[in-house]
Amino acid sequence: MIEFKLPSLGADMDEGTLLEWKVDVGDTVKKGQVVAIVDTTKTAVDVESWQEGTVHRLIAEIGQKMPVGTVMALLLAAGETAPAGVDAGGTPRPASEAAPAVPAAAPAAAPAVVAAAPGRRMISPAARKHAEEKGVDLDSLTGTGPHGAVTLEDVERAAAPRPVPTVEKSAAEKAAVQQAARAADMRKTIAAAMSRSKREIPHYYVAEDIPLAKALTWLQAANAQRPMAERLLPAALLLKAVAMALKRFPELNGYWRQENGNAGFVPGAAINLGVAISLRQGGLIAPALLGADGKSLTQLMQELTDLVKRTRAGSLRSSEMSEATITVTNLGDQGSNSVFGVITPPQVALVGFGRIAERPWADNGGLKVLPVVTASLSADHRVSDGHRGALFLIELNELLQRPEELDK
Amino acid sequence: MTYSEIRAVALATLLSIAPEVEVDELRDDRTLRSQVDLDSMDWLNFLLGLHEKLKVEIPEADYAKLITLNDVVTYLQKKLGAA
Repeated sequence: MIEFKLPSLGADMDEGTLLEWKVDVGDTVKKGQVVAIVDTTKTAVDVESWQEGTVHRLIAEIGQKMPVGTVMALLLAAGETAPAGVDAGGTPRPASEAAPAVPAAAPAAAPAVVAAAPGRRMISPAARKHAEEKGVDLDSLTGTGPHGAVTLEDVERAAAPRPVPTVEKSAAEKAAVQQAARAADMRKTIAAAMSRSKREIPHYYVAEDIPLAKALTWLQAANAQRPMAERLLPAALLLKAVAMALKRFPELNGYWRQENGNAGFVPGAAINLGVAISLRQGGLIAPALLGADGKSLTQLMQELTDLVKRTRAGSLRSSEMSEATITVTNLGDQGSNSVFGVITPPQVALVGFGRIAERPWADNGGLKVLPVVTASLSADHRVSDGHRGALFLIELNELLQRPEELDK
Repeated sequence: MTYSEIRAVALATLLSIAPEVEVDELRDDRTLRSQVDLDSMDWLNFLLGLHEKLKVEIPEADYAKLITLNDVVTYLQKKLGAA
């Protein structure tokens, strides 16, 4: 029996809500097939299965919120028949350690620090005592403390008298309230992930100003030959250059893992660039461009366009949410000169690009005005050193001076 | 097409990309991208949307001329008139 569990769709995800099943009992499931749509605090995600089988039972119910690792469905492997006693109804159960693990839909981005076992609530003694005094049901609370611990504040909030609405809200007002609540949830999620990053990862930062005259001249000539729908943005060149540079600096591409008391760096099996995409309602998501080093600029541009569109429409796939091996943030032409980002755990590096702008540039004793971008690297000092980080940026610079070679 | 018809198409295209925009508050003579939060991908999609709706080719070399909503509409009107 194969257990299909709610995967982690990023280090900042602790739970999800099932919005829709895309399969039914008796359906055959193939690897990579979308089997469910799950809402995280950031977006709705198409969750894929990484095992093949036949759906035996759908355990999770629509609208149900559950922690990462919860068994959502049971699949029968090829040739397997259902053992007795497993087809009864019931609610989703959190994964136990003894349960056979589904090769995670999210093997890459499982949190480096494992959260508290979903079945065991972490509740401070003060919170427990206060809950007893106020008659608050602890099982009904969502903890906001570390690893979902229920805090005194959570209990006080639940115990507080709720204002009675005097006027029925209009649909627009309700939608605005829902959107505000979602934005607040997303901000809380980002806050938790970024706080964890700054708490656990010893960041170091290096930066390099990169002249882009050659790259932009090449891009302009290339775009002049292309129909409008196929034109390239400078972002495509920057992303491809990052992917190519990472091939020589594998220590920046992967994860810091902490499991069973052992901690260390695990190189990424591929170069999957997490691209930070801002959402119009606020917040951001960094889904992955998978295997970016092996793609042409045209492919990268098409995939980037599609990724931005689907991110903002809320239709990302779980593999895109979980498999980024490094993040790239690009402030674009409306941004600041430079950005020094916070690493997304369990990744170990983040590359930032500021605004491409004309700046004075000293060269061979002369002064020119050139389009320049400041590239920065935020990296995990447990895995790499500033010297290697600086060499990475120099490699990036050199690649961008030969833009024609990036289009392969 | 008249100026106001082209302007309506431009605003509809803009709204499809940035639904939060309050079109009544937009000033035609001010930098569009300072009034609406459009990144380079949004801007490209805006121009692409205009191209698809009005069948007007917009060379990349002309992007720099398109600063305000008035610039965009006037540019498109000239292109449509010349077609």
